[in-house]
Amino acid sequence: MEITLNWYLTLSALLFSMGVLGFLFRRNAIVMLMCVELMLNSVNLSLVAISQSLGDSAGLILVFFVMSVAAAEAAVGLALVIAIFRNKLTIDITKINLFKY
Amino acid sequence: MTASILFFVLATVALAAALGMLLSKNPVNSALWLILNLFCVAGLYLSVNAEFIAVIQVLVYAGAIMVLFLFVIMLLNLSETPDLKRVDWRRIFAFTLGMGLLAMMMFIVADALEVMPDPIALEAAASNGSATSLATVLFTKYAMPLEVIGILLLAATIGAVVIAKKQPV
Repeated sequence: MEITLNWYLTLSALLFSMGVLGFLFRRNAIVMLMCVELMLNSVNLSLVAISQSLGDSAGLILVFFVMSVAAAEAAVGLALVIAIFRNKLTIDITKINLFKY
Repeated sequence: MTASILFFVLATVALAAALGMLLSKNPVNSALWLILNLFCVAGLYLSVNAEFIAVIQVLVYAGAIMVLFLFVIMLLNLSETPDLKRVDWRRIFAFTLGMGLLAMMMFIVADALEVMPDPIALEAAASNGSATSLATVLFTKYAMPLEVIGILLLAATIGAVVIAKKQPV
């Protein structure tokens, strides 16, 4: 059986929906950030597959930029987690309600 | 034939690792599962001849970003780990069913419009993923976005330091 682009896109969609589910159902803020990384990674997979299928390198360049944005997002997000943990002594997002009042 | 077996093995391990990341209670275990998933995706990049992206994936994602995650997890030293929220399986089932229905409808529409993708032409892609061809495009056509990304990374670094610094109250 030949592996076509559809298989890569299906795998990417499955990984993305797993990331969405994890983002919605986990309460640990760090694990939620990891789920965001999983979503970005699945998008990268589909970008690479489509780019290689079309023989165009624009998708690979976009993967570079997505990786840079993911690195920036991880750095800022983890800094926010540290700052919140310093104030609230928890990273359980159901107990963080800074915008509530 | 070996290519399809390789794809299925890597895809299965990647999905299992993602599931393990979702379901493990300890965040350190989650991070280790995610690293396994990232390695599998790097293998999938290799299977479509995108070698340079695969190397960057291992270096940047599995190397730098996940070390940062593990460092923060161990730095915070959580006494009690918040476990999974009370899982409502009916809502998960409904979500899965809805996504499946959406995928089916999109498949039908794409089939009717004849925009279904072609099989991956590995011969054409072989020269596409090498570091040489990628660098040529990156430093000529996409030089301006590259500079913008550099500024973004600088801003993120400074922002992370400022946010994580101990605030004078």
